[in-house]
Order: sequence, then structure tokens, then C-alpha cells
Amino acid sequence: MSVAILKDSRKLSFRKGIHPADREELSRDQAIEVLPTPEVVRIPLLQHLGAPSKVCIEARAEVRMGQRIAEASPGLSANIHASVDGKTAREGLVTLPNGRRVATLPIKSNPEQGLEGEALKEVYLGGNWSFDPECLDPADIARSTLEAGIVGMGGAAFPTHIKLAKNEKKPIADILVNGCECEPYLTADHRLMIESPDSVIAGSLMVQRATGAKHVSICIEDNKPKAIEAIRQAIGDRDIDIKVMKSKYPQGSEKALTVAALGRAVPTGGLPLDVGVVVVNVGTAASVARTVLRGMPLTHRIVTVTGEGIVQPKNLLVPIGTDFKTLIDACGGLREDVDIARIIAGGPMMGFAITDLDTPVTKGTSGITVLTAESIRREQATACVRCGMCVDVCPLDLVPTKLALAARHQNVELLNRYHIDACMECGCCAYQCPAGIPLVQLIRSGKILKRNRK
Amino acid sequence: MALSVASSPHFSRKANGTRSMMLDVIIALSPVIVASIWIFSWYAVVQVGLCVLTSLATESIWQKLSNRPGSVLDGSGAVTGIILGLSLPWSAPWYVPVIGSAVAIILGKMVFGGLGMNLFNPAMVGRAFIMLSFAGALGASAYVYPDAPMAVLTQATPLSAAKSSATLSGFPDIWALFMGNRNGSLGETSALAILIGGIFLCIRRTASWQLPVGVVVGCAVTSGLFQILGLSNLTILQHLLGGSLLFGAFFIATDPVTSPLTPKGKWIFAIGIGITVVFLRSFSSYPAGVMFAVLLMNAVVPLINRWTIPTPVGGPLPSKS
Ligand code: SF4
Ligand code: SF4
Repeated sequence: MSVAILKDSRKLSFRKGIHPADREELSRDQAIEVLPTPEVVRIPLLQHLGAPSKVCIEARAEVRMGQRIAEASPGLSANIHASVDGKTAREGLVTLPNGRRVATLPIKSNPEQGLEGEALKEVYLGGNWSFDPECLDPADIARSTLEAGIVGMGGAAFPTHIKLAKNEKKPIADILVNGCECEPYLTADHRLMIESPDSVIAGSLMVQRATGAKHVSICIEDNKPKAIEAIRQAIGDRDIDIKVMKSKYPQGSEKALTVAALGRAVPTGGLPLDVGVVVVNVGTAASVARTVLRGMPLTHRIVTVTGEGIVQPKNLLVPIGTDFKTLIDACGGLREDVDIARIIAGGPMMGFAITDLDTPVTKGTSGITVLTAESIRREQATACVRCGMCVDVCPLDLVPTKLALAARHQNVELLNRYHIDACMECGCCAYQCPAGIPLVQLIRSGKILKRNRK
Repeated sequence: MALSVASSPHFSRKANGTRSMMLDVIIALSPVIVASIWIFSWYAVVQVGLCVLTSLATESIWQKLSNRPGSVLDGSGAVTGIILGLSLPWSAPWYVPVIGSAVAIILGKMVFGGLGMNLFNPAMVGRAFIMLSFAGALGASAYVYPDAPMAVLTQATPLSAAKSSATLSGFPDIWALFMGNRNGSLGETSALAILIGGIFLCIRRTASWQLPVGVVVGCAVTSGLFQILGLSNLTILQHLLGGSLLFGAFFIATDPVTSPLTPKGKWIFAIGIGITVVFLRSFSSYPAGVMFAVLLMNAVVPLINRWTIPTPVGGPLPSKS
């Protein structure tokens, strides 16, 4: 019966895009496991889009999990909280997944933790999440979200309280709760929807309440039938739509999703807000619920550790600030029998290659993907044959080859004529190019060039 | 463990590469080659063979001289050779394919900077050159040979027959045209073989389907109009099947390098070729309408690309009032 419903519902999609192998089978069925508390966490003071946070606690102070250690700067920024019980050390520097060096406040964890293991998992995912939205003050939800330091957990790490602030000029009609998880390999959102659908639903209703939106839809790709089923049951008879999306990359990007789910396209340089939409990731929604109902700030997140180079791929619940090495070790380490070529923070389409295993997990780290030489193998780059395949897959209707050419020739006028600002660096073009041209890399260099010329 | 760092994406489509694209084209051309050998026997083998060998040799010599990293094996030279060979008459003397291919590679491709940089379809550049230099070797009479071993070779090509007589008595029936049992350039005669190979190319997405469809539609509509207006005595089907239109639509117009980038641009380019072919056939004395039509439209590709820059999804941000 339920399968029949799934088959009948129309699968929504956007134009173009690509169909990479999803490789989700590696970690899809691995239930979320709690990482044993690491000895030390090094919490970066910039984990979000915007300005770094300011430390608000001394070195060598005792802190409790969830205690605020750095506060949001004015404007676009976010609070940061201790993710373990322990003692702060002196500020140091740490390399973020994107290569940026930022200040960090390390915390040495106490041998005794107030909350860890199964108890932590129960508080994080389990129990009862029901509440009455009418009893909540919309402004309070936005305020708690700010307090809790919640940022977008799908990758971009945009501070969530900004999205939830009521905006008289731009009323919100629709909330899209993004459970597409279109990056190959990653399954953190998938597991969350299966193991704690009620927290996702609760968070979605809170986002609706905060923004005053009329409709809420939860969008899930059709390659996750179990998640669709779990969410459907959790919704019960509440007024929440479930939208089954076609599995296609980049279905989970805000721009593709608003088009696919609502037929509304976000203008270049704009936000979903400009077309009356707020998009939140399922993980973000669950974090809002966790804050409002259980008073837990954003201290942990679910990270998929996966790829052909990992002995036992897993979905781990980890304190923010844990280094990648600890996560990889918790998954049996790197495989010795394969040729490991690249370790990526995030997924293979938009993630960052890292070389330093001390890189810490941040609020936006959705996964660690370890790829082998075999899986990243690509042809030597040859000349562009102007085949237009990059054009045929660009979800935003750009002409990537011309952008790359303009970047090579450092021609800003040409970059503008071909709308460089619109590119979201999704990587479809470079994935498809038969000549193996690093289009995204060239386009990024074009963006830097343009910024420097200003 | 040697960790590498690179810009995202860290994943790419498997089994790609320019060479595999060119291999697709060669596979797609094989039914045409087979049909050509069936109709013209070893004449086809000789012409195509000479063209391919000369193309590859020219390319490697050029690369030696100019000290560029080798690309001879990327397959594009072979494709140029095959297409040029298939667009020659069976009777052309040996120096015609040889000079034609050398010019195709040098003037058509290498002087522009190699594969991907050229403006004009290399095979058509080579063919235009020999057409102008050895007019006799490619003229209407080059196709006809009264004492030829094969029956078809004793006839004029359908389009030149139509030019010289008002009654169309020399025009084979449509079925013969479809199967390829008629005279013409080596590769253009069998519509069936061209369709098999061409549709394969489109299914593999090595060729953009808009291109052949656009050429055919452009030609069909214009020739229909011309027939109604009495400007041409040929029917639509005779236009489509009587010359090298189909071969051009599937194998020449689809050269990625010399066609536009966006779907809209591809339509403009392809329909433009179809229309130009009918004009040339009706008003010019050259029998090679497709070749000139392709070269002409090649020349406007940069303009077409400029006209058809798509607006990004969502459009610009409405200016704040
Ligand atoms: S896909 Fe690659 S080869 Fe084809 S036009 Fe784009 S950049 Fe050039
Ligand atoms: S040009 Fe930008 S938006 Fe378009 S496919 Fe490439 S990376 Fe994606």
C-alpha cells in the first residue's frame, strides 16, 4: 500500500543536473552511533557564514556541555557552545575544512561527562517531541535559535535565526524542509529522518510558527523510501506536505529545490526569501526543536564517515570540534588494501579536500568522504571541444565553458557577460565535461579575479 | 598514502574523454562506410584510406614541427579524414584526397591552434579547397563514368541530373535513394546507413539531437515553400535524400567544435544550414550546397553564441526601488 503511494506521487524536479552514482549503500543502513567523548575538542570560533564569534570565557575555566563560550558578533554571526564538559585551554589556531586558518578555543574534556553515550543519543534523538505550536511565541523561537547558535547544517552554515526573523517587507509563504541530501555518499540526514522523524517534524512546525508561513513541505529524494515512510508516519494527520523529489544532483541546493518543489526560481544574488520561501535542512530543523523543547544548544552533529577508503562506514553523533582523525579511527581507520587518494570534508561534489587530519568537525560538516585513486580517476585535461555538455547540465542555465575561458584570459567583462555571479559551484559542469577541464576551479578563480578588480 | 588536494568536484563521469567521443563518431560512421563499400566497392576504401592516413600523418608532422604535445591519437584527425573521404566522388585521383586532407588538418585545424580552437569544420575546409583547386575532379562529371563496373556509377548524381533536365527523368525513385542505390559522394548515398549511425550518435549524446533535426526541418520547410512558389522543381524528399543533406545533418553539422554551445544556438545554426542548402541548390551552379552552407553558418557561430547567452535561472534581482 505505502509503496503504491510512493509510486503514484509525482516526482518533482528541476531542469538539467546530473545523475552521479549515489554510493549511499555504504552507510545508509548504519544506525547513528555516539562517538565516545574525545580527550580534547578544538572548537573553531568561525564555523558559519559571517563574522567570527567573540570568546566570552577565560582560558582554564571549567565549562559544561552547552555552556556558551563565544558570542555572536553584530550582524551575520552565531553563538558557539562547549560541546563537552571540561576545561578550556589557551586560544590557538586551527585549519577549517575550507583551508582557512581561524582561532580556536580548545577544551580538554573531563573523564566524567554529564551526558554521553546512549543517554546522549536518547536526549538527542529519542523521546517525545510533541508540543502545541500555538503556545509558542514566534519571536521566542527566533531568539532561542540565535541563543543556541544554530546555523544551516546542510553545508553552507548560514545563521538560521536570520531566516526565522519575521520580515514585514518579505512575507514568507512556504517552508521547504530539505531532506534531499543529494551529495553522493552522505547519509546523515537520511538516518536522522529514519531515527528521529518526530524531531524533524517538530522543528519544521517551529520554523513555520516563527516565520508565519502558510505551508510546510518536507522534501525527500525518491532514493530514500524508508525516510519518506518514517516522515509520513510521523506527520500523521498534521498539515505538512511531503514532497517526493527525483534523485538528481543538485536537488538539495536551495536554488534547485525552490524551482523543483514550488516552481519559483530564486533570482541571481538573491535568497529564497526573495520569492517568499525559507529553506531549512532537516538537521537544522531538528536542532531548532532540540533547543526549544529540550534547551540544548548546537553542540553536536551527525557526521557520515564514508567512502571506499573507510574500513567500516558509519553515521556518528559527534561533539563539534572533534578532529577528523578521531572520527576515522572510530570507523576502523583507513583501509590499507586500497589506494587512498583524497579525504574530503563533505561530499565529493562540493566538499573540500583536506590533508590535515587535525581538521575539526564544524557545525556545517555533514560528512567525511575518503575516496580512492580509482574513484577520483579522471582523464588528463584536454582542450575544450565546445561540445556544450557543460551547458546541457548546468542547473542555472549558465555557459560554464565561456566562464572558464574568460577566467583563463582574466577577462572580467566576459565573466560578467556570462553571469559569473550566478554560479553556485555545484560542480555539474566539471562532472560532465568530456575533456576533463576543471571548470569549477577556473570559475572560482574568475570570481576571485572579479572581486580583486573591484 | 599520497593525499591529493584539488578543487571540487572530486567526482567525474566515468568513461569520458575526448577520445571516447571521437571513437563514438567513428563507430557511428561505420555503417556509412560499409554502405559506401557496398555501393562503390574498393573506390571507397581507397579514398577514405588515403584521407585518414594523410590526416594523421599531417597532424603528427605538424606537431613535431611546432613542438606541441601530441594529440594525433585523440581521434579527431581520423574523424576529419573519414568525413572528408566520404564526401569525395569515387573517381577523384589520388592527389585530391591527399591534398584535401593535408589542407583540412593544417588550414582547417592546426593554424587555429588545434582541436577546439578552429572556427570552420576542418573536413569542409579541405573539401572547399579541392573544390576550388580541382574543380573538374569534384564537378558533376566526376561522378559519372559510362564504363564503370557498377551500374550506379554510370548515372549522373540525382541533383545534377535534376539541374540539367526539366523532366526529372534522371531522378531515382525514393526507395533507391533511401537504400543508397544511386550515384553521389561516397558517404552520402545510403540514407539508411546514415540514419543508423546518426541516431546512434544522438542516443550516445555525442551529437546534440537538435543539430540534425534542425538541418532536416530547415531544409524540408524551405524546400516545401520553394516547391509551392515554383522556385524549385524538386520535392521535399528529393531534397532530403538526393544529395548530401542527411550526411551533412548527422555528421558535419554535429561537429561540436564548430557548432554553437547552447540548445537555442544549435537550433539557429542547424535551421540556418537547412535553409541555406535549399537556396544554394536552387540558385547557384555549385552542386555542393551542404558544404558551403556549413562553412557559412560556421562563420556566424561566434555571433550566434553571443546572441544566445541564456539568462540564468531566476533572472536578475529586481532592482530595489
Ligand atoms: S563540456 Fe567541457 S569540452 Fe564540452 S564545451 Fe564544456 S568545457 Fe568544453
Ligand atoms: S557553472 Fe556553476 S552552477 Fe553551472 S554547473 Fe557549473 S558549477 Fe554548477
